[in-house]
Parts: sequence; C-alpha cells; structure tokens
Amino acid sequence: MKSFTYEKVNSAEAAASAAASNSNAKFIAGGTNLLDLMKLEIETPSHLIDVNGLGFDKIEPAPDGGLRIGALVRNTTLAADARIRRDYGLLSRALLAGASGQLRNKATTAGNLLQRTRCPYFYDTNQPCNKRSPGSGCAAIGGVTRQHAVIGASDACIATHPSDMAIAMRALDATVQTVRPDGSTRDIPIADLHRLPGDTPHIETTLTSGELITSVTLPKPVGGTHIYRKVRDRASYAFALVSVGAIVQRDGTGRVAVGGVAHKPWRVEAAEAEMPRGAKAVAARLLEGARPTKENAFKLSLVERTLGAVLTEAKG
Amino acid sequence: MKFDTPATTNPIDQLKVIGHATSRIDGPLKTTGRATYAYEWHDRATNPAYGYIVGSAIAKGRIASMDLSRAKAAPGVIAIVTSENAGKLGKGNYNTAKLLGGPEIDHYHQAVAVVVAETFEQARSAAQLVKVDYTATKGSFDLWAGRDGAAKPPGRGDNQPDTTVGDFSGAFASAPVQLDATYTTPDQAHAMMEPHASMAAWEGDKLTLWTSNQMIAWTTGDVAKTLGLPKENVRLISPFIGGGFGGKLFLRADAVLAALGARAANRPVKVAMQRPLMFNNTTHRPATIQRIRIGANRDGKITAIGHESWSGNLPEGRPETAVNQTRLLYAGENRMTAMRLAMLDLPEGNAMRAPGEAPGMMALEIAMDEMAERLGIDPVEFRARNDTQVDPEHPNRPFSQRQLVECMRIGAERFGWSKRHAEPGKQRDGRWLVGMGVAAAFRNNLLMKSGARVRLDGQGRVTVETDMTDIGTGSYTIIAQTAAEMMGVPLEKVVVRLGDSSFPVSAGSGGQFGANNSTSGVYAACVKLREAVAQKLGFNSADAAFVDGQVSSGNRSAPLGQAASDGELTAEDSIEYGDLAKTHQQSTFGAHFVELGVDVATAEIRIRRMLAVCAAGRILNPKTARSQVIGAMTMGVGAALMEELAVDKRSGFFVNHDLAGYEVPVHADIPHQDTIFLDETDPMSSPMKAKGIAELGICGVAAALANAIYNATGIRVRDYPITLDKLLDHMPDA
Repeated sequence: MKSFTYEKVNSAEAAASAAASNSNAKFIAGGTNLLDLMKLEIETPSHLIDVNGLGFDKIEPAPDGGLRIGALVRNTTLAADARIRRDYGLLSRALLAGASGQLRNKATTAGNLLQRTRCPYFYDTNQPCNKRSPGSGCAAIGGVTRQHAVIGASDACIATHPSDMAIAMRALDATVQTVRPDGSTRDIPIADLHRLPGDTPHIETTLTSGELITSVTLPKPVGGTHIYRKVRDRASYAFALVSVGAIVQRDGTGRVAVGGVAHKPWRVEAAEAEMPRGAKAVAARLLEGARPTKENAFKLSLVERTLGAVLTEAKG
Repeated sequence: MKFDTPATTNPIDQLKVIGHATSRIDGPLKTTGRATYAYEWHDRATNPAYGYIVGSAIAKGRIASMDLSRAKAAPGVIAIVTSENAGKLGKGNYNTAKLLGGPEIDHYHQAVAVVVAETFEQARSAAQLVKVDYTATKGSFDLWAGRDGAAKPPGRGDNQPDTTVGDFSGAFASAPVQLDATYTTPDQAHAMMEPHASMAAWEGDKLTLWTSNQMIAWTTGDVAKTLGLPKENVRLISPFIGGGFGGKLFLRADAVLAALGARAANRPVKVAMQRPLMFNNTTHRPATIQRIRIGANRDGKITAIGHESWSGNLPEGRPETAVNQTRLLYAGENRMTAMRLAMLDLPEGNAMRAPGEAPGMMALEIAMDEMAERLGIDPVEFRARNDTQVDPEHPNRPFSQRQLVECMRIGAERFGWSKRHAEPGKQRDGRWLVGMGVAAAFRNNLLMKSGARVRLDGQGRVTVETDMTDIGTGSYTIIAQTAAEMMGVPLEKVVVRLGDSSFPVSAGSGGQFGANNSTSGVYAACVKLREAVAQKLGFNSADAAFVDGQVSSGNRSAPLGQAASDGELTAEDSIEYGDLAKTHQQSTFGAHFVELGVDVATAEIRIRRMLAVCAAGRILNPKTARSQVIGAMTMGVGAALMEELAVDKRSGFFVNHDLAGYEVPVHADIPHQDTIFLDETDPMSSPMKAKGIAELGICGVAAALANAIYNATGIRVRDYPITLDKLLDHMPDA
C-alpha cells in the first residue's frame, strides 16, 4: 500500500470537487474492495476522500412511486428493507446471494456498483493487465479463463463484473443519480453506467472525473415474480459462474439480466420479447455473438438451463 | 522403551481418562484469544521490525539485475536481504527448492528478497519498490506433456516405485470382466487459515524462532543447516499452529527470512507470509494422472489389479505416492503398481493431508465402483468379496487389525444404503437428482520414535514436556489424558507443554502418526516416572497402583505428591519400535457414505449427508477424533467438488492464489456429517493400542462423492474436481 492523504468531506459537491482536483484521488465508503486492492497496490490512490458522512444512508419514496436508495445504504440494510423485500424482491435476493454478512454490513450501494473485477490476472501485479496497467496486455486471454466473460469482451480484456446487486438493478431499470464537481447533477440509466471493455478496459463506467454517485433510484414496482438464481461451485461465499435475475409476469413476459458473463450486467431487451417462447429462445438472442473460450463455453448452456429453471419456477 | 512385542494389559487399559470424549484443554486459550500463535509473541520482543517477502515474478530463469535503491530509501526501511547479501546459505534436508532464490529462479513466487522495516505497512510498501529484472527461460509446466518423459524415481526404503506380483498382464488380458480407466487429480493447496509465520531473535550467534511448524526437530535441523549454525544454537518455539495439513512440516521461507532479516536489522523480525504467496511460494499436493486396470471373474473376485501414477515435481523432488493403497487394499493374485515422476518447474510438490492415499483413493475407489457396476454387484459387496486379511504383495504379513468389511456393512446399515437405486439417474426429489455413493477408506499407520519428559511436583501435579505439536488436532488433550491415566490423577492435575525444541524429540504432527506415537512416548516416560515414584515411596514398582492421586501397594498408600516432597521428580524416555510393523501390516480402515443432490438444470452438486465408519485402533478421545474425521471429510468434499490450483501452463504458476480463487467448502456445503468408530484395540501398534485417524477421514471421501454423482446422474467423471461444467453437457433436459 502506498501512503495516501485522507480527508472527510461535508457535502457531495465538496467531495466531487476535491476528487476532480486530484487525478489520483478516490472516494472511499465501505472500503471492502478498495482497501484490499490498495494493499496489493492494484489501486494506488494518493488521496482518499471519505464520503461516509454525507448522509446518503436513507431509503425514501421517490416522486414517481419508486424508491430512492442513498448511495451509502449498506447492503445489509438494503436487503432487509421491508419495501425492498415486498416490491423489489429480486434486489434483496441478489444482495443476499453476494459476499458474506460481514462484508454486506460494510459494503454500500454505490460501492457495490463500482466494485472491480475478480479476474485473477488483474489481482497479480506480476502479470500484464490492460485494466490495471493500460497497454500492458491481457494475461487472461489464452490463460486460465473458466470465470471469464463470454460476451461483450474484447482483445484487450475478458474480465467480468462480479456484482450480484448490479444484475438486479439492471433488471429493475434503476437510475443512478450523481453530482459533478461543478455542482450539477444528472441521472444515468443503469444500462449506461457500466461500459464494455473495448480498447480501454481500465475505464469501467461512464462517470466523469470527480463525479460522485449520491443515490440509486428504483422506478415504480412492476410486480411479477422475482427470482435471482446464482450458480456457483460452492454453496455460499463465491462469485457467480453465471447468475440470472428475472422478473416474470403472469402472462410469461418479463425481464432478464445475467451476471458472470460480461464486463457489465448483461441484459438485452430484445431477447425479453422471446420470453413467452422459453429459455432457449431468450438465451439464443441474449447471448448472440458470444465468443467464449474453451474453458468457459459451458456458461452458454448454463445460462440457458438456469434461465429455463427460473422460468419454470416462476410459473409455480 | 522398546516396543517389540504386542502390548498386553497396561495402565492405559483402565480407561478412566483415555477413551473419554474430552473437550480440548487448550480450548479456552483459543476461544479467548490468549493462545500465542507465531505472530503474537508480543511480550517476547517488544520492538520487533517487520519483514515482507518479495516473490519471483517468473517461474524459471535468472535474476538479471536487482535495484534496491528506491526500496532502501523508502520510509522506515531497515534492511533488505537478498541472495546477494545473505551470505552462504545451505538447503534443508526437507526442502526441494531453495527458500531464498537468486540468481537462479526455480519457481514462481520463490522468495527473492525480504524487506525489513519499522512497521508492517512500511515493509509492504517498500517491497513494491524492489525492482527486479529477470531473464526468463522456458520451463515445463504441463504434467500431461511431461508424462511420456517421466522417469522412474528412486525408491525410499520399503517404498519402491514399482511392484509386481504374479502375471498381471496375462491375468488382466484373460479376465472376463475388465476395467481400464484413467483418472486425474489436480494440484491442491493446504490453504490453512494461519499463514506461515515466524519471529526471529538473535542473541549473539544463537537464534530463537517463534514459528508455526508441525515438525520441530526436522525444522530445527534444517534451520541450522540452511544458516550454517550448530543445531544447538537454534531454538524453535511453536506451541500453537493455526492449521498445517502438511504445509508446515518443513522449514519455509518465513522462518529463514525472519532469521536473515533479524540478523541484518540487528533486532527481532517478524515475517508472516502474505496470502497471495502461500500458493506458489510454499508446497502443494501435486497433480496426478492415474491409470487403473482391474480384471475380475464374474463372481466378483479380482484376478488382476494394476495402478500406475504419474506426477511431477522440481528436480530432486519426490513423486506423489498415489499407488500406496493399491498395494494393500484388495486381494488379487496378479498385481502391479508403478510410479513415474516428470520434471516440472511448478512450485515444490510435497505432503498434504494423507499424501499418497488421498489422491490414490480418489481414483481407486471410483474404479472399484465402475467395476462393481460392470459385474452387477453391489459396491459394498464387491469390496467385501475382495477383502484380504494379509498384505496381498507379501501374504506372510497379516494385517494387525483389519475391519474394512465391518466398516462397510455397519455403514451400509446405518446409512440406509439399501434404499439406493442401483441404476443411476432414477431418484428425483423436486429439482434434484439424488444419489448415494460409497467408498472404502484406507490409510497406513506409521510408527515413529517419540520422546517425552514428565515431571512430578509436591502437589502431585504432573507436567509433560515434548516437542510434539498441536496443529489444531487435540495433542494437548490426549497427551494430558495419557499422563493422567498413567499417573492416576485427574486431568486438571496435568500440565502439557509442547512445540519447543528444548523438549525431548517427538514424532511430531504429520501422516496421522502424531497421536499414537506421541502418547506412546508419554506412556514410556510415565512408566519411568512411576518407577521413580515407587522407589521414592518405598513400593515395589511392579505392584504399585496409581489411583486417584494415591499410590498404593498391599495395604499401604501414600499421596502421589509425597514422592516429590523434597524436590521434583523427573523422568524422560522415548518409545522406539521393533519389528512389529515389518511382521504385521498396520493400516487404518473405514467406509465413507454420501448422499447428494445434483440440480437437474444447473448441475450444481450439493451434499445432503455424509457418514464415515472408522476402524483405527483405540480411539483415545472420541471428541477430538470425531473433529479430525469430520474435518478430513470436509477437506475430501473440497477435493471432490472444488479444489484445484489452476495452472497457467504458459507462465508456470498457480493462478488462483488467494482464498477467493482457491475455493474450499464453506458451512453451507456441509449440512450433515456422522462418524462411527468401531470398538478396536491394536496391540501391535503401541502400548496405547491406538492408530492414526486424522487422515483416514479424507481417504476415499472424494470418490464416495464421485460415485454418488454417478448414481444421481449416470455421468461418470474421472477428472477432479467434479465441477458442474463437467456434467452439464450430459445432463438430462431439466
């Protein structure tokens, strides 16, 4: 870990402007991912801006009948919230499928969205990694790739996004509220927050310099049956091989987002039109253009089969 | 004490303390955080410096140059030790690769430097500034590629690479029912909770190492050899160990670098190996390729059994002895086993819980299941038909005790084996395909010399001192039970001190030999102490009874402590073994039963219940023995379902080098475990009549799971770990 300076800020605007004035600064909230990465010198901020005191820790009704979740609401709190459990069961289930109780107590809503990949080559600073060290190459390509992306990857990076929560947020059409260094705010649809790796896998989101997430808003509940199915080698405390987050209505229509397959939560709205025709049709459209490796090609049939089980379960 | 004739009745047979389910006497220290682990001797060195290891970034080649200037200038840095300035270093008898690499590099993450600083954080930060330029050379990292060039390794004592009996080829070729199958097991990591850690302090040319080590005498010797010191100048202290599983049998880099760092810094230095280095810097269980051929008559009698195993290691390394059990477990007139060793430039392969049998049974016990199916015989019955009460390679050697069939039959009854559908894929429970599997458990019992010193004070308190270690196994407790039984005192009157090289040399902890041998050493010392007590009190030692803190003979009786009223009485002795292990084969036996479900859609495998039935001599403490067995069963689940060091065959290292990437079972994977110990004493093994138990529990478990997966799905996977991707393409439509 490199030495760093630390400040605690009193407003979102101050946080954003402090971050913008120092290209080597990072926000810190729960620290469950950032601190680990700093110890390994994968992240080397010279300045940390502690946003824990900003008060974004409430879950409040949003004007259009949805819920506005403060960026600092801890994963444990969010998963246990009665409104979330009643109207957005997918989100609660996804949260509880991730990490451990201790980590969820610390991890925040915004931090969860911004957590970094678990690609083992990203974690080993002896290895080239375009995400960690732009332009150095990708050791994962041609290496051990069982966990890696099967779609949307590039010749520069085949890492996945590890979040469970983000899959639910994507299926729920959440929007992300931010404040920028000049004090302006904006709403970013969750679909537009995470980027595919392309030639710049180190740029993972569309957030601009200093931009701070202040809340995540869920639209009005859409009803339906909410299922989050996370498939993994051990029964708990593991990242998904694949996960399927689905909202299925009585008439068989619905939404599906998939984790463990791409650099971002993977959802293809056009594929959802196929839902009444079953998992095979949905998966074919959802994973159209997939380029798996030999080691992770199983994820394609795993998505289809898991989705099939989810749709069957939804029918009750 | 020489143990060369079978044990007869002795004070242990009273079973007043021995044989009782007793909680660990060191438990309160651990649950209250007062047990001093290697990194926690805060009162012994009030101002230690901290060392952080730099691991090699390449697997094979040379260090072209090292630039330490930035690291040296970093805040708090006191010293940096590399092979350039460490002075001449030897290599320990138990090490394959050097513990401080450079200029040659033998494997990935081999230590190339230790940075010593005032604080841990400063050392860690400065370590990143050590700039090393390497010249990499091509290495061999692929066992399959190395298989054809694999050589016959040298034999070691009784363990020869090849054995043959009768005419295997002829008998196999003419057998009416045959199996010829190849199985693979991956490289595995011990992945213990506590990393290798040491604190070193020098006083002149005398070194004290507070460390975490299973084998005090081996390691003391290897510290001396590596550093060029007389052995008597090295003191090792390791009373508590946070898991070892074989990974701490040997001197490792943490101890050497702490010692070198302390010498360079001229003050005590602590080194805890950082987790990402644990997997490539230290030892691991090597991967195997195993070919098994079994020929049998239609009545289920094996006529030919052959087992070949290929593994890899660094030059001077040894093979994984995966054919061990096949030499002993089943009858059959015609037999062959062979081990071959490929040179690989991966990190050093070495012992991990039940080396040999653990991976060997993973393969053999699937083969037995496959063979039983071909014969149309129940797998329990098939094993029973091929039981042998003698060493099948040397029929003049009977087993000292062998209750394999009893374990299988009792287990079958208790587990409800009769409810299993013989035809696979037939039992469905909602979304789950349900199956049951069985496997034999087998692990040899090893005899090793073991010593102890016992002291008696005027209050009748007995103190045991031995360099035996407790790696979480319960050594403290069973040693206290042994001394209490022998001296006729309650457990509270016994103090046990372990893991110190100034104490008599014991067997140490490994190969499931710790419990039987170390308690036998304590037994021997207590016999001597009893003689001294009797003499002091004027009793004829042969007649004296030691009961309830009193020594009595005829109508005379005296308090035990009276013998030490004018000064402590001390006795020291060792147990040494004669030829009983040559004339009799000593092994431990068991049966593993597993029921599990396989998700019909995702092929996720989830265990429902497990049972192990064990016959392993006298069970000294059913509670600690059970803990050992269920822990081993859990590790077997890991081996079956998830544990694999993933090799990057281009760069030559284990990629998943942390506890997120190297998965071991969590609580949710282990819903229910049962153990049954058969009532057994083995008078050939020792005066304790006990044998090993801790590794028996892992041997065969993984195959029982593999067989249960087959029973559930009809899919036979021969390559571990059995992850869902190996099933998915063959699963029925959900």
